[in-house]
Amino acid sequence: METADTSADLISTPEVALTGAGATDDFDPGQKRFETLYFAFHNTKLVIGLSVVLSFLVLAIVGPWLTSADPFEFGFPLGIPPNSTYWLGTTSAGQDVYAQFVYGLRSSFVVGAIAALVAGTLGMAIGFIGGYLGGVVDDILSMLTNVVLVIPTLAVLIIVAAYLKVGSLSSEALLIGLTSWPWAARAIRAQTFSLAARDFVNLARLSGRGPLRVIASEIAPNMSSYLFLVFILLFGGSVLTAATLDFLGLGPSRVMSLGLMMNTAVSNAALQLGMWWWFIPPGLAITAIVGGLYVMNVGLDEVFNPRLRRT
Amino acid sequence: MLEVSGVTKIFKTGMFGRELTTAVSDVSFAVQPGEVISLIGESGSGKTTVGRMILRLTEPTAGAITFDGHDVASLGRRELRRYYAHVQGVFQDPFSSYNPVFKVDRVLGMIHSSYLRDLSASEWKTKLQKSLEAVSLEPADVLGKYPHQLSGGQLQRLMIARALLLELQFLVADEIISMLDASTRIDVLNLLGDLKARGVGILFITHDLSLGNYISDRTLILRRGRVVEMGATEKVYGNPAHPYTQMLLTSVPHLTERWDPTAQVPTPTPADEDGDAPLVKVADDHFAAIRGAT
Amino acid sequence: MSLAVDDLRVYYRTLRGDVRALDGVTFTVADGEIMGLAGESGCGKTTLGKSLIRLDGRMRVIGGTVHLDGTELPLSDDGAMNAFRFREVSIVPQYAMSAMNPIRKIGRMISELLDSRDVSYDETLPELSRRLALVGLDDAVLDRYPIELSGGMKQRVVMVLSTLMNPSLLIADELTSALDVSTQKAVAEMLVEFRDRKFVKSTIVITHDLSILYQMADTILVMYAGKLVEKASAAQITQDPKHPYTQLLLGSLPEVGVRFAERRLSGIPGRPPSLLNPPTGCRFRARCPLAFEKCAEEPPFVEIGPNRHAACWKVGAA
Repeated sequence: METADTSADLISTPEVALTGAGATDDFDPGQKRFETLYFAFHNTKLVIGLSVVLSFLVLAIVGPWLTSADPFEFGFPLGIPPNSTYWLGTTSAGQDVYAQFVYGLRSSFVVGAIAALVAGTLGMAIGFIGGYLGGVVDDILSMLTNVVLVIPTLAVLIIVAAYLKVGSLSSEALLIGLTSWPWAARAIRAQTFSLAARDFVNLARLSGRGPLRVIASEIAPNMSSYLFLVFILLFGGSVLTAATLDFLGLGPSRVMSLGLMMNTAVSNAALQLGMWWWFIPPGLAITAIVGGLYVMNVGLDEVFNPRLRRT
Repeated sequence: MLEVSGVTKIFKTGMFGRELTTAVSDVSFAVQPGEVISLIGESGSGKTTVGRMILRLTEPTAGAITFDGHDVASLGRRELRRYYAHVQGVFQDPFSSYNPVFKVDRVLGMIHSSYLRDLSASEWKTKLQKSLEAVSLEPADVLGKYPHQLSGGQLQRLMIARALLLELQFLVADEIISMLDASTRIDVLNLLGDLKARGVGILFITHDLSLGNYISDRTLILRRGRVVEMGATEKVYGNPAHPYTQMLLTSVPHLTERWDPTAQVPTPTPADEDGDAPLVKVADDHFAAIRGAT
Repeated sequence: MSLAVDDLRVYYRTLRGDVRALDGVTFTVADGEIMGLAGESGCGKTTLGKSLIRLDGRMRVIGGTVHLDGTELPLSDDGAMNAFRFREVSIVPQYAMSAMNPIRKIGRMISELLDSRDVSYDETLPELSRRLALVGLDDAVLDRYPIELSGGMKQRVVMVLSTLMNPSLLIADELTSALDVSTQKAVAEMLVEFRDRKFVKSTIVITHDLSILYQMADTILVMYAGKLVEKASAAQITQDPKHPYTQLLLGSLPEVGVRFAERRLSGIPGRPPSLLNPPTGCRFRARCPLAFEKCAEEPPFVEIGPNRHAACWKVGAA
């Protein structure tokens, strides 16, 4: 095949100093990071998304320190709207909504992080190995990926959660992680395919390195920004799935979560009773966090991929 | 030293691997120490595949490649490492050969950690120095830099320096200078000549006939995976027997004479397209896949 | 004069400053002339080619003018240039293989292109067929997808397409670098034929390959580090180069017939200067074996003989 791939445009355009040979004599690696940071801070989507997510994160960490109430504690005045003592009011059963809210935020972040970690690790393992080794191994792993991908995740989660009685955040996170890895595996596999064909991978082989070492030392570092994006998406997706499960009452019932709040609110006719302080904060928080993460993702893509930038 | 016999490579393409593409078909040749062999072919001729098979980056479907008598395809993990201490490759795109997120020292470091771990720090430094000198590179110019800070020529030379850190006996040079500028090409090519003087055998893969003519002792012309002509370079270039070779030579642009508009450009006839034409001896150390030759 | 370029300066904006890719070039290309633009990577030839048709959004025209058939080309205005593209100024892109949309049949792609230029596909079809036949392709090719054609066929389709409106200026950017030797010859001969049949008026062929320029170009313009270095007829450049850079460059090219064992060729030591902060004076000074004190002052690109120009203090009248 004639070499019409992107690496071959080397001969034609090294005049431009962005990445050309010989055009920059004193380019230093710190500059590249500086460039990335510069674009990062000037990217509206990234800045907005990140601010939103970080604000909620701060609230999740600091919020519980500002209250002595336990989220499940009863005994407060019933169903009052927000005032100076009860910042987000109380539920119809006399629980402190603010306490529930901030503890619920914590849960969301924890579940999101753990699930993203589980799904990410699985996705990386399967994607890297299948993409690099190819052949029979890849055929088997692809089949596995496709099978899990096609299964309607939510339906499975509902069934499993209903039967296994998810007791803790970590088991909920584990469950979500075990079912949301396929798209990540596929994306990573595709990237690995194209990277594995590059000469520096061949060179690593010619230096006597085995497959695992090659994947870890050659392929993964070249995909670092991509992997970062994958994790962010997994995080957002997990937060949303957890909220959904919790809302359906299938999450852990002894740990406060935003979905659980909404579940209780709805079953106590908070909407009809006009108790907006009970169901709006959790709903808004989920939307804002997940939305913010996705917007961040789009922004980051522009930062990492120079071709999408509009300077 | 290196012997390629009857090597064939068939790729499975298409859905479920139903279609078969023959990239290389029944190629045989041998390389002695200190000998430079050019493998000349246009795109799709299979020349890169031959190089990859010698480097064990892919395996032949049929035939055998032996190095000092050992079959390359059946080497175990440890034996393969030993093999790579003697046989190395340099590729076409210098910027693709280096992992862009790391400094170039890393490719040298990889050799150090895989093969030369027993050397003391000063021994390693001396060895590195000698290798860089052999390729006319100043350590201060190249060490500690990232690939995009160096030129294509420097990167290719560094690749050769890397190969020299080992006990190199055979080098596969796959289009190593086609992406370089004209003024640096010849320097890297001359380097190959220096390697040859050290006794290294070289397989010089290229599509450029003038380069092949400049540097090699023997030449193989590959067309659609088959060897159509092979022999001593002066003979193949001076008296091409196969129509394909003749066509290639008349199509090459020269700096001092224009293409002859009246020249009969020989086109390979259907008889020559016939893949079964065996290599027949045309003269001493000169073979061509033509029918009806003596 | 068909094309007149006067003191053209084109820079690229980057975070680290302006890359002075083209730093004041002046030359003319006559009607019916095929001019080769030669040089190594980083010399500015691709920038020059692209700036004449304004194909790259990153470049900024800092100064200078370009006149085509007496009209000034609005190089800084993308919208205004659009009227000229394809009709007066056309470019044959590098890597024709990837230049075509893989999911469009050739005929459909051509008709879309012509529509965007307000040209009727049906009216142009007879001429299109004629030209395709001229390069050895028949109408059936219009009904195929790019993947069904060989590299050489794709190159020919792209060439016919680029010259369909009989442009005054054709820019061929590295037309032959990815091609096999036999296709290269066919493409080079095709360019000459297009000129002979008056499908194009002036042609600028951008390449690093001096030998193919000798075969097909009338004149050759050699560039180095954003500046013009030498211009003369193709035969003069290849047989009797005057500028030290041209001489060294030619000296480093192996020809069939020259062998390592007999005569060892050598390249040019060093690297071209950074265009972010180019050196003052002659830009080739650092690598030139003939450099002396006067080279600290930039030599002008002047006429050193009939239709010969060079920028060197050691050459000719300057």
